[in-house]
Amino acid sequence: MNRPANIPAATCRDVPVLKERGQREVFCGLTGIIWLHRKMQDAFFLVVGSRTCAHLLQSAAGVMIFAEPRFGTAILEETDLAGMADANDELDREVARLLSRRPDIKQLFLVGSCPSEVIKLDLARAAERLTQIHAPHVRVLNYSGSGIETTFTQGEDACLASMVPVLPRTEARELLLVGALPDVVEDQAVGLLRKMGIGPIRVLPAPRSADAPGVGPNTVFACLQPFLGDTAAALERRGARMIQAPFPFGEEGTTLWLKAIADEFGVDDATFEAVTAAPRARARTAIANASAHLRGKTIFFMPDSQLEIPLARFLTRECGMEAVEIGQPFIHKGLVGPDLDLIPAGPTISEGQDVDKQLDRVRAARPDLTVCGLGLANPLEAEGLTTKWAIELVFTPVHFYDQAGDLAGLFSRPLRRRDLLKLEAAE
Amino acid sequence: MKLTVWTYEGPPHVGAMRVATAMKGLHYVLHAPQGDTYADLLFTMIERRNHRPPVTYTTFEGRDLGEDTAGIFKQTCQDAYDRFKPQAIIVGASCTAELIQDDPGGLAETMDIPVPVVALELPSYQRKENFGSDETFYQLVKALAGPVEKTPEITANLIGPLALGFRHRDDIEEIKGLLYEMGIGINVVAPFDATPHDLTRLGAAHVNILMYPEHAETAARHMERALGIPYTRTVPIGVGATHDFVAEVARLCGVEPKKDLSRLRQPWWSKSVDSTYLTGKRVFLFGDATHVKTAARIARDEMGFEVVGLGCYNREFARDIRKLGQEFGLEPLITDDYLEVEKAIEDAAPEMILGTQMERHIGKRLGIPCAVISAPVHVQDFPARYSPQMGWEGANVIFDTWIHPLVMGLEEHLLAMFREDFEFHDEAGASHHGGHAPRSVAEAPVAEVAPEGRISGKMKDEVAPEATGSDVMVWLADAERELKKIPFFVRGKAKRNTEKFAAERGVTEISVDTLYEAKAHYAR
Repeated sequence: MNRPANIPAATCRDVPVLKERGQREVFCGLTGIIWLHRKMQDAFFLVVGSRTCAHLLQSAAGVMIFAEPRFGTAILEETDLAGMADANDELDREVARLLSRRPDIKQLFLVGSCPSEVIKLDLARAAERLTQIHAPHVRVLNYSGSGIETTFTQGEDACLASMVPVLPRTEARELLLVGALPDVVEDQAVGLLRKMGIGPIRVLPAPRSADAPGVGPNTVFACLQPFLGDTAAALERRGARMIQAPFPFGEEGTTLWLKAIADEFGVDDATFEAVTAAPRARARTAIANASAHLRGKTIFFMPDSQLEIPLARFLTRECGMEAVEIGQPFIHKGLVGPDLDLIPAGPTISEGQDVDKQLDRVRAARPDLTVCGLGLANPLEAEGLTTKWAIELVFTPVHFYDQAGDLAGLFSRPLRRRDLLKLEAAE
Repeated sequence: MKLTVWTYEGPPHVGAMRVATAMKGLHYVLHAPQGDTYADLLFTMIERRNHRPPVTYTTFEGRDLGEDTAGIFKQTCQDAYDRFKPQAIIVGASCTAELIQDDPGGLAETMDIPVPVVALELPSYQRKENFGSDETFYQLVKALAGPVEKTPEITANLIGPLALGFRHRDDIEEIKGLLYEMGIGINVVAPFDATPHDLTRLGAAHVNILMYPEHAETAARHMERALGIPYTRTVPIGVGATHDFVAEVARLCGVEPKKDLSRLRQPWWSKSVDSTYLTGKRVFLFGDATHVKTAARIARDEMGFEVVGLGCYNREFARDIRKLGQEFGLEPLITDDYLEVEKAIEDAAPEMILGTQMERHIGKRLGIPCAVISAPVHVQDFPARYSPQMGWEGANVIFDTWIHPLVMGLEEHLLAMFREDFEFHDEAGASHHGGHAPRSVAEAPVAEVAPEGRISGKMKDEVAPEATGSDVMVWLADAERELKKIPFFVRGKAKRNTEKFAAERGVTEISVDTLYEAKAHYAR
């Protein structure tokens, strides 16, 4: 009787979320190692896990990156599980062997997996012990990339969060950018902010451990990726303050993200305009060209990379697409709230997954484009649906103004290809 | 605990998935945490399958662990049955679920599922992918295939081909053709495209063609014992092996060994004078045991190569490979450690590698041409065209595939004649290959040290200490310049031979004379 009137929600922040539990067709957090090990050039990622973990790492990227990679798996064997060998002694031995072979390594991450967690191997304690053994040359940290604790991009969050407690303390007023982006994109972001007179600017993760940023009560930080909730919380515990904004995808997202930082640093409007006008115009032109095939088309996001909500914001507002469902493995409104605010109510917002039920919804809606993982793409294509692999979105430079057109292009290419191919008889 | 960078085989439940995905009407309920679903992409991307693997995962999470993971398994199993209505179900656990000991088989048994449920015990911390496929197929056959009346005409089962196999799709067609020539019909092909119902008819065949021992030997032995069906030992890859295979089948079935050789071109291609340059090419073989065994015979007897190293990654077949090693007078390499394989190849300095996709990468790094002969597979190993390894056409395909990475005969001479030509030089690589020339291993250190006029024999020590045999050996500047004139694809061998020759004679300074004395010594 006293129920509030059923006022339609204005934006997606307020719409009820469809929460599902069932089979999840997503990678685990170990996958993040594939890009993290390229970004941190003196770090090695040692997964303590099973043959499945090793197989995942070599399969997930689709190709094997055959420079000797800075990651590997310490595969647990029967003797480790049966207590015949002390797993800690075994680990110490493998780490010693690894570090002697790779003297260039300065940071070693022990990465927990499903099996190491189920057998309760204490990698935090192992990391402390190994740090003592190998100090001062190597610092050993640990985090979990296990599927029972993390999905896909959460692995990067767990990794960065593990670095925060050991960052040096600083009282300096600095801007910290958080997230592992391709160098070309990171340089663009830093360049734009510097031109506005903002600085010093530091980045987490730094390419080398010697350049690790400091953190303290005068640090303000902005996340570059929408999946860094634990890292943000860890930074806040160190006294740093987060600048909230939509994420820097597309012209609008990039402008709002830069503006939030500019406001924090008291940059005047004229300066902001002077720095951003040209790249904004370029971004708009590029998006206009690349989005011709996207206008009026429907899109369905299966949960995968945690980029779904910011990307849906970009595609609906700047490329004229209509979202049917926007699924994320989990939704952290403290991070994606500003993006949700900008998406008018309409699409279903879903969290978690029951893949068979979700596929039923895809088949019912028959969207023009479905964003999904590699395991689902070809099967959906075979049903006549057009798909975009989600993993490409985390491997490709897509942030900021000068990549906005490329980002739209990633979504339009499958649709253009569908139009191009003529595989039937002419008659 | 063992540090692994790249693996030749996945965990055993991936082997079970390869059986399930190859079949129709079978469903696999896998107790596994979130993330293990990555395995789907092996099938949908590498093999370009147009359907999801018939696997339902429980994808339990951390918060489920303290609660009722067994309940999650039962619910998943029921939902999977209701949705997919398979003819049979296999149930099992991945590595993590094995640790929580929910016993999927026992749970499924309590559930009144109205179709056969086969429980798999695949010890993830001891065994690997090939064990998983072999064991899964065996368990299915044991559960489903009973004695049935034989077909009135002589028929065979083709057993072993499955999903993600190296050219299995096309090998099946080739074997069907060989059997057709002898008047033998096909009873069942399994697991490839077979249904659980088809497996119940396995016993009607007169012979089992064991195409891939890695995936079906246990099932073949079981059927021989329980159903009285003999099985073939010869794997028909290569001309000689295919002749032997036809003879073996004819003997087992009591039919004439009829063959249609009209499409077999390999013997003439190999005998024709253009192929002379293949003589004595030094090759290194690595892969699964079956493909290595067959490749060794082809390399020596049908191509005229010299096998300088061989090995396999699947320990289950170590005995066969040791025997093969004895036959070839080589110490076989039995390991799944990719770095060890790389080291062995570097030391043997072959002119070509016949290996897996992993060795292709090793070859790329060392500047040694490589042709792929075995799983683990890559998207390139699923060509759109017909490209079998078995039978007569398989022999033709192998001839083409193996010579493709090599520099051709006359071209080899021209490269040696016009060493300094700015376009037609050895770094440009074979003319029928686009893109980049492979980087030569021997090249980099030579160029680096050359300005000082001398080059230490030690420089190769990092990679092949035993090759030099001496810490004090040096290359004189003119010898080193002469070495550079040797085409890149034989330079590594020439260097190694010269150093070995010098070491054996206690020579510490290598001159041009030493180089040519060594050449004369090793001339064949």
